[in-house]
Amino acid sequence: MQIIKDKQIVDDTWSFVPDDAELKDGDISVSLARWKKDKQQLLKSNGKIGIRIGPADSVEEIAADLKDIQLIELDFPGFGDGRIFSHAWLLRGRYNYQGEIRATGYFMRDQIFYLSRVGVNAFSLEKTEDLPVALSTLNDFTINYQKSIR
Amino acid sequence: MYQYNNNDQTLIEERVAQFRRQTESFLKGEISDDQFRALRLMNGLYVQTHAPMLRIAGPYGLLNSKQLRKLAHIARTYDKNYCHFTTRQNIQFNWPQLERVPDILEELASVQMHAIQTSGNCLRNTSSDHLAGVCIDEIEDPRPYCEIIRQWTTLHPEFAYLPRKFKIAVSGAKHDRAATQFHDIGLHLVKNDAGEIGFKVLVGGGLGRTPIIGQVIRPYLEKKHLLSYLEAILRIYNLFGRRDNKYKARIKILVKEAGMEKFVGLVEKEWLLIRDDLELGVDRIEAMKAYFAPPAYQADAAQDTSYAQHQLNNKAFATWVKYNTADHKVVGYRAAFISLKAPDSPPGDMTDTQLDAVADLADQYSFGEIRSTHRQNLILADVKQADLFPLWQQLDTLKLATPNIGTATDMICCPGLDFCSLANASSIGVAKEINEALDDIDYLHDIGDVKINMSGCMNGCAHQSVGHIGILGVDKKGAEWYQLTLGGSSENEAAIGERLGPAVAKDEVTKAITTILDVYIKQRQDDESFLDMVKRVGITPFKEQVYADN
Repeated sequence: MQIIKDKQIVDDTWSFVPDDAELKDGDISVSLARWKKDKQQLLKSNGKIGIRIGPADSVEEIAADLKDIQLIELDFPGFGDGRIFSHAWLLRGRYNYQGEIRATGYFMRDQIFYLSRVGVNAFSLEKTEDLPVALSTLNDFTINYQKSIR
Repeated sequence: MYQYNNNDQTLIEERVAQFRRQTESFLKGEISDDQFRALRLMNGLYVQTHAPMLRIAGPYGLLNSKQLRKLAHIARTYDKNYCHFTTRQNIQFNWPQLERVPDILEELASVQMHAIQTSGNCLRNTSSDHLAGVCIDEIEDPRPYCEIIRQWTTLHPEFAYLPRKFKIAVSGAKHDRAATQFHDIGLHLVKNDAGEIGFKVLVGGGLGRTPIIGQVIRPYLEKKHLLSYLEAILRIYNLFGRRDNKYKARIKILVKEAGMEKFVGLVEKEWLLIRDDLELGVDRIEAMKAYFAPPAYQADAAQDTSYAQHQLNNKAFATWVKYNTADHKVVGYRAAFISLKAPDSPPGDMTDTQLDAVADLADQYSFGEIRSTHRQNLILADVKQADLFPLWQQLDTLKLATPNIGTATDMICCPGLDFCSLANASSIGVAKEINEALDDIDYLHDIGDVKINMSGCMNGCAHQSVGHIGILGVDKKGAEWYQLTLGGSSENEAAIGERLGPAVAKDEVTKAITTILDVYIKQRQDDESFLDMVKRVGITPFKEQVYADN
């Protein structure tokens, strides 16, 4: 599976482990609830760890854990839930998170540009054939009235 | 007025290109109805009863003659020869073809206009006082701040998918002509005890289904913190505003449910963390003010004597001056209203011919600028007194000089069932009937200041809940009925109208209105205004007469 990361189409090394599945080796992401429950076990695993958070989750809750996390997936349940945009901004702008922030779930190609401006640097799309066009939307605007966060 | 630089121009051209691609993707079936809906709404495009409706931004109501001519051209080329001015100083076309909307946007971009964020759950066009910069009760001209806010809100990446729409209004005068107490954020330029000018910030006002008067969140905000404070409010709203029910998603509900104290706490905490990074520099403000510097007024304008003479000789002209012009801060000048409330045309509508003609009049008499007002009229803000007579003559020929500004026939009215897919009842037809019943201009002037607002559904686009007389169209088992309210106001002493009684049938609305006005004429004391009388006596005397036969 391929994704967009840092303005390039690359292979994805991560896999998401659902709450009811066994943890496994390699680079895995888990839900915020799973992270809270199995934090100690996860920290001992041999791969990198990511957390998937949804719009209703509070970014503040994981602020202290960010140093141990290499990926944060911001998961859209539907494209209209704009809380994700503030979560991204807070992660980069307030908590100075330097790892990968990836948009997942049901967002639109036409949201990628805005997401990139609030700190999201990776995008996982439903259909990989859409990746080249999605990548091109990062160039939709050359002018911005607001500061962007990278 | 503000002139785009290369960056501003590039940005709107890139937006046109983006929207063209989005439209093409939709027409090719690459994106769903639902997705395209969100994208098109953020560019002002609705799908209505007969055709799409395109809403174009009138930034804080300011337009120039070139832009007006472009609107005329669009009305002729892409629509049915007219457009409609809205209560938030925007412009609507009711009959464009979806496929041609990108072309319309390209035409608009050529005169520094756009439809960005005129609808959808995002930051909308900032509105303001239609007499900004010329009125006699001004603390400071709000327009430079409006433009700073316009730029900050335009394509803001974090706040494009809010729980619901978000509207900001700015007033710089003592008299609030911008309904700032009924906006998500209302900003008032005020002077503090030290004599410095800053903003009083209101939050959580709104009309629609749940009309609420905004509350002061900060009595005084230094200008340099304007954008950081807005950002703090928006971030709290974006994170905590309700998304489970679109009728409870406006910021007013968040403020109400959280309680003002808790809401203020959240905002102030957020603000302290960001305010130093987002300061508005004095140089930025000064540079923006330069765009709104006063035009080259003639120092001897007041010496003209023809103005007084014409008023003595011509009663119709004198009447027009009395009702359709406003005091100006420069002696010898007045602001002239262009009434879009002629008896036989839908409120707020203008034809292509009228648009072109008004553009010429603006060039000839008012430094090439035109403003649209919150009550759906236009204004030439800087007319020399000597020019008022020829201006009036030409406006009269164009049917744009009905001397009814501020009177009962200066109604705010939404498109209603005739065009809008949300409406439960028609409004244009009812407005016409009321107009016909009030065709005696002397009677109308005797009644004086009465603001009638009529919406065809409870979304309340025509602000019926703050009309001195509010009329709200409702659906009752497939028939059109109308609820009446009295005593609302969107000005300084903001109030939400009180319901008069059960809804009346469509064919009884006009009679109810004339009955209400008759009660006022008979029971008013001295020169008491309609609103003052309602405040004094309450709704009972009106109610007794309106429902007398039942």
